[in-house]
Amino acid sequence: MLILTCPYCGVEADETELSPGGEAHLKRFGPGSSEEEFEGYLFMRENPKGVHFERWRHAYGCGKWFLAARCTMTLEVFGTYPAQTTEPPKKIRDAISAKRPGWSWGDFK
Amino acid sequence: MSTRLPTGGRLIDRDTQLDFTFNGKRLRGCAGDTLASALLANDQTLLGRSFKYHRPRGLVASGAEEPNALLGLGKGSRFEPNQRATTTELFDGLTCESQNHWPSLEFDIGAVNNYASRFLPAGFYYKTFMAPRAAWKHVFEPIIRRSAGLGKAPTERDADRYEHFHTHVDVLIIGGGIAGLQAARAAAATGVSVMVVEQTAHWGGRAPVDGAEIEGQLADYWVRETVESLGKLENVRMRARTMGSGVYDHGYVLAYERVADHTPDDDRPRHRLWKIRAKQVITATGAIERPLSFAGNDIPGVMLASAVRDYVVNWGVSPGDRTVVVTNNDDAYRTAIVLKEAGLDVPAIIDARPEVSGALPEQARALGIAVHAGRGVAKVLGGKSVTAVKICAQAGEGAPVDEIPCDVIAMSGGWSPVVHLWSHCGGKLIWEAGNAHFRPNPDKAPTGHAGEVFVHAAGNANGAMTTSEVLADADAAGKAAGKAAGGKATRKAAPKAKEEPSEPMLPVWVMPQGADIKLRGKMWLDYQNDVKVSDVQLAAREGYESVEHTKRYTTLGMATDQGKLSNINGLAVLAGSLGDDIPQVGTTTFRPPYTPISMGAIAGEARAELFQPVRQTPIHTWHEAHGADWEPVGHWRRPYAFPRDGETVHDAVKREVLNTRENVGLLDASTLGKILVKGPDAGRFLDMLYTNMMSTLPVGKCRYGLMCSENGFLSDDGVVARIDEDTWLCHTTTGGADRIHAHMEDWLQCEWWDWEVYTANITEQYAQIAVVGPKARMLLEKIGGMDLGKEALPFMQWAEGELAGIPARVFRISFSGELSYEVAVPASRGLEFWIKLMMAGEEFGVMPYGTEALHIMRAEKGFIMIGDETDGTVIPQDLGLNWAISKKKDDYLGKRAQERSHMTDPDRWKLVGLETLDGSVIPDGAYAVGEGENANGQRNTIGRVTSTYFSPTLGKGIAMGLVHNGPDRTGEVIEFPTLKGGSIRARIVDPVFYDKDGEKQNV
Repeated sequence: MLILTCPYCGVEADETELSPGGEAHLKRFGPGSSEEEFEGYLFMRENPKGVHFERWRHAYGCGKWFLAARCTMTLEVFGTYPAQTTEPPKKIRDAISAKRPGWSWGDFK
Repeated sequence: MSTRLPTGGRLIDRDTQLDFTFNGKRLRGCAGDTLASALLANDQTLLGRSFKYHRPRGLVASGAEEPNALLGLGKGSRFEPNQRATTTELFDGLTCESQNHWPSLEFDIGAVNNYASRFLPAGFYYKTFMAPRAAWKHVFEPIIRRSAGLGKAPTERDADRYEHFHTHVDVLIIGGGIAGLQAARAAAATGVSVMVVEQTAHWGGRAPVDGAEIEGQLADYWVRETVESLGKLENVRMRARTMGSGVYDHGYVLAYERVADHTPDDDRPRHRLWKIRAKQVITATGAIERPLSFAGNDIPGVMLASAVRDYVVNWGVSPGDRTVVVTNNDDAYRTAIVLKEAGLDVPAIIDARPEVSGALPEQARALGIAVHAGRGVAKVLGGKSVTAVKICAQAGEGAPVDEIPCDVIAMSGGWSPVVHLWSHCGGKLIWEAGNAHFRPNPDKAPTGHAGEVFVHAAGNANGAMTTSEVLADADAAGKAAGKAAGGKATRKAAPKAKEEPSEPMLPVWVMPQGADIKLRGKMWLDYQNDVKVSDVQLAAREGYESVEHTKRYTTLGMATDQGKLSNINGLAVLAGSLGDDIPQVGTTTFRPPYTPISMGAIAGEARAELFQPVRQTPIHTWHEAHGADWEPVGHWRRPYAFPRDGETVHDAVKREVLNTRENVGLLDASTLGKILVKGPDAGRFLDMLYTNMMSTLPVGKCRYGLMCSENGFLSDDGVVARIDEDTWLCHTTTGGADRIHAHMEDWLQCEWWDWEVYTANITEQYAQIAVVGPKARMLLEKIGGMDLGKEALPFMQWAEGELAGIPARVFRISFSGELSYEVAVPASRGLEFWIKLMMAGEEFGVMPYGTEALHIMRAEKGFIMIGDETDGTVIPQDLGLNWAISKKKDDYLGKRAQERSHMTDPDRWKLVGLETLDGSVIPDGAYAVGEGENANGQRNTIGRVTSTYFSPTLGKGIAMGLVHNGPDRTGEVIEFPTLKGGSIRARIVDPVFYDKDGEKQNV
């Protein structure tokens, strides 16, 4: 059972306090987008063995959505950060690089 | 025969005698006995029948690894099957019975399977019960079900209570043997908090039985001193009778405390499940002795050498008068010596090693015990108990060279560290050829949230085999864990133990080495699931090369003991058959719990009314007092109907509908979701959320709205009211409030985070009562306080004021087609308001109505219900709701999805009304069939029923359904086959059955 630190309230939250929300950093495609763009947005997901970015909500705590970078293999957490961003902050990317040099995920590395 | 020895027994109190019964027989044991030791003391060596072949079985082990001695324990509401006699502490009045036999333990008809064992090989079920298909239901399945499962299921509700404890600790130590105790000492000295759990009632583990000496004292003495000194430390907690059950991600550990199993009726909870968050975990879980695979190794009387020693030393019980020891290592000599010293006969030690020297064998020889080197067991003789053993050359094919009469065989195939808890969270193993076992690989330890190692194995569990090694290893583990958890390093050295010289063991996987099929077919690997050496070899021949596949094919290690005795032996046999090395074959995955834990402990307090919190409306008590027939809706309880004396529920529903349509009805609608959306960008936000336009809704007005997922499917509906310039109140379905609120927050926080919008779920702040029916206005005017006339409050508007002195917000909306007001009052005044309405309404014939009347009335009006007309594959366009989809908006959630070709295809199943030709009611969920058949030879379906009721208003069955091109087929008659046979014919009609022009609601 994971422990993730909520970047809003600072609580080291047990997984039972959280609800998962799937992949992070999806770019929304609405009316006017191509079939491929829309398909990618709605259905195509990363399924990495290793570094991954996810959405979590501190559902039974402060109620805020946040993002987490963790390793799907070892469950190591590289960091959590507020959801109001379109890409992982440098601090998080550096933390991952320190542990998993040469990592990449989607368009990020 | 097995019996109580006149002296000895370090754990028993001979002065306290306890009475118990086994299969109705009255027996007597001592305080401190386990059920196993007490049964053995009463010469009860036959304890059950095996699962598949119904072979007689007795005790093999003395602890958690015991595969055979599973008994039905207790009676009535305290009956529990499959309780392990070796881990059950004896108490006065205990009753137990043996399992898996008929008509009796001594004479069991199922034992014919034993003689047919040649025809019941590995994979028997897969190979046999294949065809014909029809035979499954009537022949195979009933037979398999009857022979499946051990023990009987309890028939009464559990009389005991259970609880959960939550705790945090720096270092958790699992296992209270000398390794666990020394690790605790070392960790505690670093200043961190420490918790030690031990699955048995006693501290110290095996060391005292094995004659260890620590710091110049007997192990017993050292254990007592250490436990006492740890008990005085404020940073140390110790729990006996508590098993570390599973180690999970990020230092989460479950421990299972058997609080009152041994003291039933004393009012304490029976079991306690500990949910522990530990920074560091030390598994000091010891090791388990392996059986040897020789023919007849399952006959009652064949036991692990360590278990024989335990029964003598711990409980003063002799498993038999004449014990032959069979071994491949030095440790089993300790058993021979203990037996001899207790005055029992040890006619021979059969040692597979060609050369036997060393301190322990010499000591045995000095006691006059014959040691046969290079020998093995050809065959054990006996049926329900051992009578003799035939010995042969280990290197040969099993030609007997001698026969030795005996009643016990003490076997030892070496020791395997208990690596289960290490493995639960990803710890890997390495093969240690010298001891022929897997032990934790320190380079591949389980890691925590920061990538740090958080599990350390210590002592036997880490492959340390002598007392000195165990203490040094545990001390190092304790120091490392303490430091990793934030403690200060200490320099105190580990205690020293007396040297225990030991000669190398010899791996022996089949005895004798060249045994033929007849012998291999009687060598048991997994006692509980009746898997033999020959089964694993057959699996290998049939191509099952992966250990995981072999496990499932043969069921090796899949019984309730999870293969504690059989895993390594089975693996070795498989490796031998495949010509591979054991490490190449690898192990199966260990999964929690370490030993079975009770369902009660898992449930904890969450049973009966605490199983799930029930949400109650402010008017709940009134409903209860007036005979509500309850319906669960989400977590809520809502009245389904209010049956009166002598009335069926069906009658009540009918009455409630008719009365509402003729007079006035009250519905408790408090469960309706109410979400306030406020802020400068609230209108823009709601335009994205709803398919229609909400930003243009004038203050004071209400509008029905639909919400879709990004995938285009209809997800929720409800009426939205504009409260003021930047505030909207969104009503959701009863079950949808939390989900929709979360949905709103998700989009606000993660997509449109620069929009200034605030949401609040205020569902529980208001009681909402629908006053419905032609006399609704009269009733509200009577209680008075607001002008609710046609002009003052037209349809689809709302007004605020006071009714009967209670602050109220009145929405003129209707889900029934009648003149209807939904009145929201503060939750605290909901009951008062309801009662006032009931009293004032008497002259108008007011009656409460429940959810079923609500459903029928909305179906009569053709209103959809989320969850009935929708199922996650339905778009609003399918339901004729195009009028509620804005064509002016560039975007809303689901808009892009609804533009996909399949969604815009005119050729879809669409909503229609259905009117049965004979007036009957179409069964719920019925499908309409059309021309032709599908690939499975079934008739093609052309539609299905989504809502179906008997309409009291119209006096006939009405339904709504989704039908292929439905609206284009109005007037057509389609056919719904029923489960009973035959079919119901229904005409496709407009879904609005009642008051099409809305004259009744618009008065």
